[in-house]
Amino acid sequence: MRNFEVTFIVDPVLSNDEIKETAQTYVKSITEVGGNIVFINEMGLRQLAYNIAKRSSGIYYCIEFQLEDPSFIAVMELALTRDERVLRYLTVQLDKFGIKYNDDKRKGLIGKRKKPGTDAVPPADGVAPQSENVDSAK
Amino acid sequence: MANKDDIKFLSNPKIGQNRKKYCRFRRFGIKHIDYKDADFLLQFINEQGKILPRRITGNSLKYQRKVASAIKRARQLALLPYVADLLK
Repeated sequence: MRNFEVTFIVDPVLSNDEIKETAQTYVKSITEVGGNIVFINEMGLRQLAYNIAKRSSGIYYCIEFQLEDPSFIAVMELALTRDERVLRYLTVQLDKFGIKYNDDKRKGLIGKRKKPGTDAVPPADGVAPQSENVDSAK
Repeated sequence: MANKDDIKFLSNPKIGQNRKKYCRFRRFGIKHIDYKDADFLLQFINEQGKILPRRITGNSLKYQRKVASAIKRARQLALLPYVADLLK
């Protein structure tokens, strides 16, 4: 079982239903080959850093999934290349740290920026109010 | 005439000291660098969109490689520009 993550940009000119349908086709195709969808991240409409196919913005989707047989990745990438609704895609295999990072992010452990927040903040939060209470008690 | 003691504080006393650089990933235990987090990666590129060298960021080699690959992935997805002017 390996964890993968595919991020793709959908054409913003399409209607809302079409955009959702685009994402759903890939979710379906993954589940059909026995893949396990971990999370679908709709990153929403974003401004592109440079124009792609004369579009200056795009709708980002990120699907994290588990797959037994990695040969499906090539099939999916071929489908993504041929799909005119998709401006660009990127498939990445996640290592154990990547899996943990995504897991923590979903739980909201990771702040807006960095991971140290996760390790440092919760104990600090736990300690800080107590120390304040002690101060006020004094 | 000013005393020697007065003259001592006319210049910034901290100006000569340079702080020791460190790898933030090692220090804070960051194991994974997300290519989707463009705001975070912005710290490791200059205003032309070029990747900053280790000499300046202080990253260890292991994490500099990871930062570089994350930035390159972000560029592919148009989260970061390949070339830019006045990025920051």
